[in-house]
Amino acid sequence: MAQHIFNGLVGGSFLALVALGLAVIFGMLRVVNFAHGAIYMLGAFLALSMPSFWWALILVPLVLAAGGMVLERTLVHRLAKLDPLYNFLLTFGLTLIFQDLVKWRFGVQSTPYPTPGGLTGSVDFGAFDFPAYRVFVLAMAALICFGVWFLLSRTRVGLIVRASTERPELTQALGINVGRWVTPVFGFGCALAGLAGVLAAPMRAVHPLMGADLIIVVFAVVVIGGLGSIFGSVAAAFVIGVLQALSEAYLDSALVSQILVYLVMAVVLLWRPSGLFGREESPA
Amino acid sequence: MLDIENLSASYGEAQVLRGVSMSAGKGEVVTLCGRNGAGKTTLLRCVMGLLPYTGRVSLDGNDLARKASYQRARLGVGWVPDDRGTYATLTVAESLSLRVSKDGWPLQRVYDAFPNLYARRASAATKLSGGEQQMLALARVLRMGSRLMLCDEPTEGLSPLLVEQVGAILRQAKEHGVTVLLVEQNLHFAATVADKYYLLAEGEVRPTTPDDKELLTYLGV
Ligand SMILES: Nc1ncnc2c1ncn2[C@@H]1O[C@H](COP(=O)(O)OP(=O)(O)OP(=O)(O)O)[C@@H](O)[C@H]1O
Ligand SMILES: [Mg+2]
Repeated sequence: MAQHIFNGLVGGSFLALVALGLAVIFGMLRVVNFAHGAIYMLGAFLALSMPSFWWALILVPLVLAAGGMVLERTLVHRLAKLDPLYNFLLTFGLTLIFQDLVKWRFGVQSTPYPTPGGLTGSVDFGAFDFPAYRVFVLAMAALICFGVWFLLSRTRVGLIVRASTERPELTQALGINVGRWVTPVFGFGCALAGLAGVLAAPMRAVHPLMGADLIIVVFAVVVIGGLGSIFGSVAAAFVIGVLQALSEAYLDSALVSQILVYLVMAVVLLWRPSGLFGREESPA
Repeated sequence: MLDIENLSASYGEAQVLRGVSMSAGKGEVVTLCGRNGAGKTTLLRCVMGLLPYTGRVSLDGNDLARKASYQRARLGVGWVPDDRGTYATLTVAESLSLRVSKDGWPLQRVYDAFPNLYARRASAATKLSGGEQQMLALARVLRMGSRLMLCDEPTEGLSPLLVEQVGAILRQAKEHGVTVLLVEQNLHFAATVADKYYLLAEGEVRPTTPDDKELLTYLGV
């Protein structure tokens, strides 16, 4: 049982990092980035071409942040004035482009990535032994979620991002150049997805469609947590991660454990249409 | 100080303002009256740079046409919106520190003037009462040290005591050379602060006085 809960938390870590980026981007830009899964996948593939895992951990998020900012400046920012349908078309189109570029370069088979040296053994927690790498993933995710929480709730940048997310027009009228923060926030969201990709590489198959599988669950997570609610997304990610691990371990039917996430989502939406931690959108 | 010349604005097909011209001098309180839906809020939003318009809005002779609303705010335009613009994700203290200027009120002065805000400084701004939210919206602009305050019905929903306090603050601001464009339905209150009056009707603005018979019948007082 403890083993499954632990694995669920580790699975939830990837969901949390990707969902966090998605939620921050949605909050600030009102753009649902369907390409977020592909960016996670790019993170894993970029890790393959880095000299070591540790370099990848630092460089890949930076590269993807820069790439994300360029993408925002050139394409994504145009969505603001367009019908939401274009949001879907653009970010989904980008997903296909990223996937095909990777298929073209690396092929469709999965590429193994070695567990980084120093994290190959296991960690002894008394009654249980957990693989060191998984403990590392969980610790990193916890650290980053805490860091993002701190940044948002305790710093001036966070204050501005929160205000701009909630009431962009008013915040602008109070003298804050909201537009200036949009591009860095988009880059930051991409960096989080990329980091999740790097962390996933040694544990999961590095494959062009790895992001496509993850992102669907992440969307369910974000909806359950409440669209735009940062705290809600992270909490929902870990809960869903654990539920998935437990259902895979204890339910005989693979089908049920696959659709479990969506069942939870449906129940939550019926009970609280704006998600567990979401606020009702103000009518204005 | 503030000059509005021939300003027109519309929402899609519906033209709300048709060639509005008015002005407010330094340290003047100018009251804008008009029936519901006349376009008073629309006019303030144009001045703030939140709505596209044709015509000219200038501050001390400088045309604001190419200025985004955050730039207008930095040039000294402060907005007290009609819906109070309360943030749910910010505490009272955070709302008061969003943007501050050295010309603005120090935090302590705000708290001395509004003890309610001090008492609730750590709560989410939306947990304040309606009147307290109104005080917060006003205090936010005082913190920014705005030279021009656009106040959209700042006394709405306030008890007489607070209305008197808002009046005192506007008079104080005025003494410091701050210009106030005040949208106000309460003519009794307006009379305690205003230097001049405009009536907005049928998309046009004309000067008026609080004892103007036509104005009073028009507003149904
Ligand atoms: N976002 C909008 N889209 C379309 N029409 C609008 C919008 N906002 C206001 N209007 C219309 O513009 C006109 C002027 O509205 P405005 O809010 O400026 O009036 P007001 O004078 O401030 O009224 P009140 O005294 O009720 O606050 C109204 O007829 C209103 O229906
Ligand atoms: Mg109004």
